[in-house]
Amino acid sequence: MEKRIRVLVAKPGLDGHDRGAKVVARALRDAGFEVIYTGLRQTPEQIAEAALEEDVNVVALSLLSGAHNTLFPKVVELLKEREMQHVLIVGGGVIPDSDIPGLKQAGVAEIFTPGTPTAAIVEFIKVHVTQ
Amino acid sequence: MDIVQELLRGSRRALARAITAVENDYEEAGSILQDIYPFTGRAHVIGITGPPGAGKSTLTDKLAKEYRGQGKTVGIVAVDPTSPFFGGAILGDRIRMNELTMDPGVFLRSMGTRGSLGGLARKTVEVVKLMDAFGKDIIFIETVGVGQSEVDVIKAADTTVVVLVPGLGDDIQAIKAGILEIGDIFVINKADRDGVERLNTELEMMLDLNPEKTLWRPVVKRTVASRGEGLVELLEALENHRTFLVTSGEQQRRRSARTKNELLVLLNEHISKKVLEKITVGGELDSFVERLENHQQTPYAIVNTILAEMLR
Ligand SMILES: Nc1nc2c(ncn2[C@@H]2O[C@H](COP(=O)(O)OP(=O)(O)O)[C@@H](O)[C@H]2O)c(=O)[nH]1
Ligand SMILES: [Mg+2]
Repeated sequence: MEKRIRVLVAKPGLDGHDRGAKVVARALRDAGFEVIYTGLRQTPEQIAEAALEEDVNVVALSLLSGAHNTLFPKVVELLKEREMQHVLIVGGGVIPDSDIPGLKQAGVAEIFTPGTPTAAIVEFIKVHVTQ
Repeated sequence: MDIVQELLRGSRRALARAITAVENDYEEAGSILQDIYPFTGRAHVIGITGPPGAGKSTLTDKLAKEYRGQGKTVGIVAVDPTSPFFGGAILGDRIRMNELTMDPGVFLRSMGTRGSLGGLARKTVEVVKLMDAFGKDIIFIETVGVGQSEVDVIKAADTTVVVLVPGLGDDIQAIKAGILEIGDIFVINKADRDGVERLNTELEMMLDLNPEKTLWRPVVKRTVASRGEGLVELLEALENHRTFLVTSGEQQRRRSARTKNELLVLLNEHISKKVLEKITVGGELDSFVERLENHQQTPYAIVNTILAEMLR
């Protein structure tokens, strides 16, 4: 059986809609990935636990509320604690350019700002998922 | 340390990785399943099936919490359909079960069907075994629920719960053939809606007419899963069914039928693989096909030749 790339799509933080995350989820499915969709308002702890149980290759975080500088690095740290440092973490949402270097420094592999074609996200994941 | 030992010692990460290995048929899958086998057979496996949107995930979430309240540990395998066009899947059952995520006594795993048609994923049965060996007391299997004939669940579950909702129009006619035969417990969920009485009456009538299940008369329960109503009665029914299984010897009978079936499937898989290997390496398969096309031999004769060669 061919292995499938498994991606957890999660929305940390308190903002109230998930249209963007759903569009990304569908694009990833259409690329042949198994997408575990967890819905709104996930805490970093919930995201890390779900990633562990689902043994995902990728965690894709979507956030509009501006708390990315605390929430994204927190997810990175919690995954490390669970010996899941190999998991590729990507983020998307309204994120100022000036915050991107800091997030990458913290262990987020790539940030996709609004307007990025979903194909670019698919391609990035395909290239960077190891194993 | 070996992954099976880690799993048996309670490592959730090891369980997660073992599931991946088995689901993807990694090389170590066979030895993992072999090593955990002696530790399986303890859990009460509960299948939850029914049409999409009936409330299977919501109900599973609520039941899991009840069992946790009793101090039991819970495993959940939630199956969703894999897209036949893209090979990918959106597995969304966690949305209704997010509150369970932070409970270390619950392990929830989502699976895509990956081409399997009977309502389960290809390796659901094996994943249930892994959770069983891990020590889960109760294991839920939530089937796909796309209205395929989801009869595979009875191959994996001790107790099968069929979740229905009132107001689907021609209620009983809308229920797929085969579903009445597989249910040990029928749940009318969304009992806060109109049409409950009618569905209940129709169900009871159908169940009275059903010649199967002479030992256990399936029961009908009502719930409002989203509000947690009717759970106590449903839990009681689940417990009654489990007691029935054990005291009537039905558990033993079902499990041995299942064990036999699993052995035959495994045997079949391995024999096919071995035969295929043997007849492809030297290009024999191609020459068989050629002889068929030229009408030099029949398929039956060829199969006989291959088998005679293999079993010599
Ligand atoms: N009115 C009502 N809605 C419910 C009930 N149980 C679940 N729902 C809702 O029905 C929808 C589908 O539920 P879900 O558990 O995802 O169904 P599944 O597809 O069978 O797993 C959700 O919006 C639930 O909140 C109920 O008893 N009454
Ligand atoms: Mg569901």
